Amino acid sequence: MDLSELKEGQTATVARVGGDGPFRRRLLEMGFLRGTDIYVEKYAPLRDPIELILKGYHVSLRMDEAARIQVENVRDSR
Amino acid sequence: MPKKSITIALAGNPNSGKSTIFNNLTGTRQKVGNWPGVTVEKKEGHLKTNGYDLAVVDLPGTYSLTAYSIEEIVARNFILDEKPDVVVGIIDASNLERNLYLATQLRELDTKVIFVLNMADCARERGIKIDADKLRELLDVPVIFTVGNRNQGTSELLKTIISTAEAEIDLPRTRRVYYGKDIEKAINELSEFIREKTSAGLPYHIRWIAIKLLENDKIVKERVLEYTNPYGEAILQEAELKREHLREFFDEEPEIVMTDHRYGFIAGIMKEVEKTVSKQRVDVSRQIDQVLTNRLLGLPIFVFFIWAMFQLTFSLGAYPMDWIDAGVGWLGVGADRILPEGLFADLIVNGIIAGVGSVAIFLPNILILFFCIALFEDTGYMARAAFLMDKVMHLIGLHGKSFIPMLMGFGCNVPAIMATRTLESEKDRILTILINPMMSCAARLPVYILLAGAFFGAKAGNAIFSIYALGIVLAISVGRLFRSTLLRGKVAPFVMELPPYRVPMFKGLLIHMWDRSKIFLKKIGGVILIGSVIIWFLSAFPKHVQFSRNYESEIANISVHYDASIAAAQGDLVEKLVSERDEAISALEVLRAREKVERSYIGRLGKVLSPVFAPIGMDWRGSVAVLTGFVAKEIVVSTMGVLYAVGAEEDEKSDALKVALRKSNMTPLSAYAMMAFVLIYVPCLATVAVIRRETNSWKWAVFSITYSTILAWLVAFLIYQGGKVVGLA
Ligand SMILES: Nc1nc2c(ncn2[C@@H]2O[C@H](COP(=O)(O)OP(=O)(O)OP(=O)(O)O)[C@@H](O)[C@H]2O)c(=O)[nH]1
Ligand SMILES: [Mg+2]
Repeated sequence: MDLSELKEGQTATVARVGGDGPFRRRLLEMGFLRGTDIYVEKYAPLRDPIELILKGYHVSLRMDEAARIQVENVRDSR
Repeated sequence: MPKKSITIALAGNPNSGKSTIFNNLTGTRQKVGNWPGVTVEKKEGHLKTNGYDLAVVDLPGTYSLTAYSIEEIVARNFILDEKPDVVVGIIDASNLERNLYLATQLRELDTKVIFVLNMADCARERGIKIDADKLRELLDVPVIFTVGNRNQGTSELLKTIISTAEAEIDLPRTRRVYYGKDIEKAINELSEFIREKTSAGLPYHIRWIAIKLLENDKIVKERVLEYTNPYGEAILQEAELKREHLREFFDEEPEIVMTDHRYGFIAGIMKEVEKTVSKQRVDVSRQIDQVLTNRLLGLPIFVFFIWAMFQLTFSLGAYPMDWIDAGVGWLGVGADRILPEGLFADLIVNGIIAGVGSVAIFLPNILILFFCIALFEDTGYMARAAFLMDKVMHLIGLHGKSFIPMLMGFGCNVPAIMATRTLESEKDRILTILINPMMSCAARLPVYILLAGAFFGAKAGNAIFSIYALGIVLAISVGRLFRSTLLRGKVAPFVMELPPYRVPMFKGLLIHMWDRSKIFLKKIGGVILIGSVIIWFLSAFPKHVQFSRNYESEIANISVHYDASIAAAQGDLVEKLVSERDEAISALEVLRAREKVERSYIGRLGKVLSPVFAPIGMDWRGSVAVLTGFVAKEIVVSTMGVLYAVGAEEDEKSDALKVALRKSNMTPLSAYAMMAFVLIYVPCLATVAVIRRETNSWKWAVFSITYSTILAWLVAFLIYQGGKVVGLA
C-alpha cells in the first residue's frame, strides 16, 4: 500500500521508499527508513500535501512523493 | 601574551537553534526564526575571551553532509574545506534521533566536535530525558545542554569550546558506525587502495574518503581528482567497481544501505541515552495546528491573517502617522517663518522637509508591517503558510517552500529573494525570484497609503488590499506563463519540516522590527534625502524662465485696480475688497509657481515623459515621480512631495500633499492606475542588484526590469482606459 492511501489518524510502517536518486536519499536521511512508524497527522485543505509524524517530528510531503513510499501494517491509532 | 585564534563552525539541522547560539556567543543579531531555512549564508562573528580570539561561523542548516540546495552546499563546503578547529554540532534535543544523523556524520569527519543539546526545555516539556553522560561516553565527544532563546548554557559552551580546542584528542575515534561486514570490507579495501596510490597530501582521513566514494559523493570525488593526480581516475574507478559489486549484492544503492546503518547505529545509542519519562498530556502546538491548518478553516484563517496584517498596518498606523504628519507640517511652517526668504529656505522647506517628511510619516506603518511578519516568522506560522499554499503554488509549478520568500516579499524583496536559496531546483529558484517583486514590499506602501488616502477616503484600506491581491494574482499568472515557456521543468519534490509553534520572545520581535526600521531610517537619511534635494534642485532651476503670460504686470494691474476701488469704498466693503484682491493675487502667484516648475529642468523632463504616461492617466509630475522611484520606491512619494509642495498654500502644510493631489487633475481612477503601476514596474535598485547576484546573470536582472515595466504599463492602461470606458472617470 502507498503512504498516500492512508487516512488521517492512521499509522503504518515503512516497507520501502521508492523514487529516484537524491530525493530518495533525502527522505532516508530524514528518517523514512524501512521499519519506521509513520503517523498521518492530516491532509492540507486541498488534500495536498500531507502532514506526517515520524521519529517525533512533523514533516510535510506532497502526495506524489508520498505515493512512492510503500507501507505495511496499517493500523488505526487515534 | 599573544592571542590564540580558534575557528568554530556551528553546524546542525535546520531550525535547531544555530543562529540563536551564535548570537549568544558573539553578541550579534543574526536573524532567527522558527522555520527551517532562515540562515542561507554563512556568517562570521568574533569574540575575545581569556586570551583567545574566537571566530564563530554560523552555517545554514542541513540534514546531512550530502548537500542538495545552495545553502546546504555552503554549510558543507565550509566544514570540509575551511577545516574549522572545532565543529559545534547543534542538536535539537527534542528531536534527538534525526538530529543525531548529521551529528554522527560530523563526528565521522574526525575533527574535534562538541555536541550541544539545544532546546533542552522543549525536550523536558515533552517528558524526554537524555543521559548526557552516557552520550558522552558512547560517542566520545563533549556533550552539553543549552536553552538558546534563554541564553542558558552559553558560558559552559564557551569553556568547552576552548578546552576542546586545546585538548589532544585521539583521532580517529575508536567507536564508529559499523557498516556491516560487506561494506566494511569494501571500505577497508578502498582505503588500502588509496593509501597505496598516494602518500600524503590528502585533505581528509582516508577511511572517510573511502566511505564518501562508496556513497558516490560528487564533491569528494572532485576533491580526490584534485588532490591525487594522476591517480584520481584510478581511485574513482576502483570505487565505482566496489559500488557496482555492493549494488549487486544488496540489490540497492550502497549509499542507501549505509544510511540505514547509520540510523541503526543511532538507534543503538538512542536506546541507551533517551528515556521518555512521562507522556506529555496535551501537545499544545498540535492542538493549535488542528485549527490553523484545518481542512476547512486553514485557508480562510490564512487569508484572514494576511488581511488582518494589512488592516493593522493601516488603521493602527494611521494614528502615529497623523502625529508625525502634524510634526512635519509644523516643522515646515516653522522653518518658513524663521528662515529668511530665498533659495535656502526654499530648499529646506520645499525640498528637504516636503520630500523627506512625506516619506518619514510612514515609519509607523512600516514598523507594524514588519512586526506582523516577524510574528509569522517567529511563531512557526511561516512553515504552515507554505504547507497551506503548496497546492496553490503547484499551479505555477512551484512548491510550498517557494511561498515563504513570497510572504517575506511583503516586507522587503531583497531578503526574500535571498531566501530562495533553500529551493533545490535552479529553475524553481529563478522563477520564484522573477515573480517575487510582484509581492508588494513595504517601500511601496507609502505610495498606496498616500494615493488611496487622498482619493478613496474610507475605502482606502480596501483599495490597498486589492492592490496587494492584484500583485498575488499577477505573480501567479506570470509565474504560470514563465513556467510554460522560459522555465519549463518538472515540479521539484517537496519535503518540509513543520517545527512546533513557539511563543515568540518579545525582545526578539522588537529586535526584528528595529533592524528593519533602521534600514528604513537609513534610506530616509540617505537616498531619499539626496533624491529630494536633487528633485528640488531640478525643479527650482533654471532660476529665470520665460513665462507664457506676464504675471508681474497682471498682479500689478490687479493691485492698481483694487487699490483705487478700496480707496473709494467705505465700511465693510473695504475688508471685502481687500480679501478679494489678496485672493486674486495669490491665485496668480500659485499659477506662476506652477508654470515655473513646469518650465524647470524637471518639468521639461516630465514633458518628455508624459506622452508615454498620459495613456495610463499620469501627468508629468507622476511620470517624474515614477521614474525616480527606480532608485527606491519610497522616492515616488518624496518626489511628489517636492513637486506638489510648490504652490501649496501656507496653512496647509499638514496633509499638504494629499490636498495638493486632490486639487491636481488626478482622479480616483488615475490614482488607482498609478498604484497598480507602482506595484508592478521595475523593482528597486537594491532588488535588481540582488536578482543579478542570486541568479548570477545580468540576463535575468535585465529581463526582470523589462517584463515588469511592460506589464505595469499594460495593466495600468487597462485599468485607466477600461475604467474610463465603464464611466469611472
Ligand atoms: N524553546 C526553545 N526555542 C529555541 C531554543 N533555541 C532556539 N529556539 C528557537 O528556535 C527557532 C529556531 O532558531 P534559529 O536560531 O533561527 O535556528 P537555526 O538553526 O539558525 O535555523 P536555520 O537558520 O533555519 O537553519 C527560533 O524560533 C528560536 O527562538 C531553545 O533552546 N528553546
Ligand atoms: Mg540560522
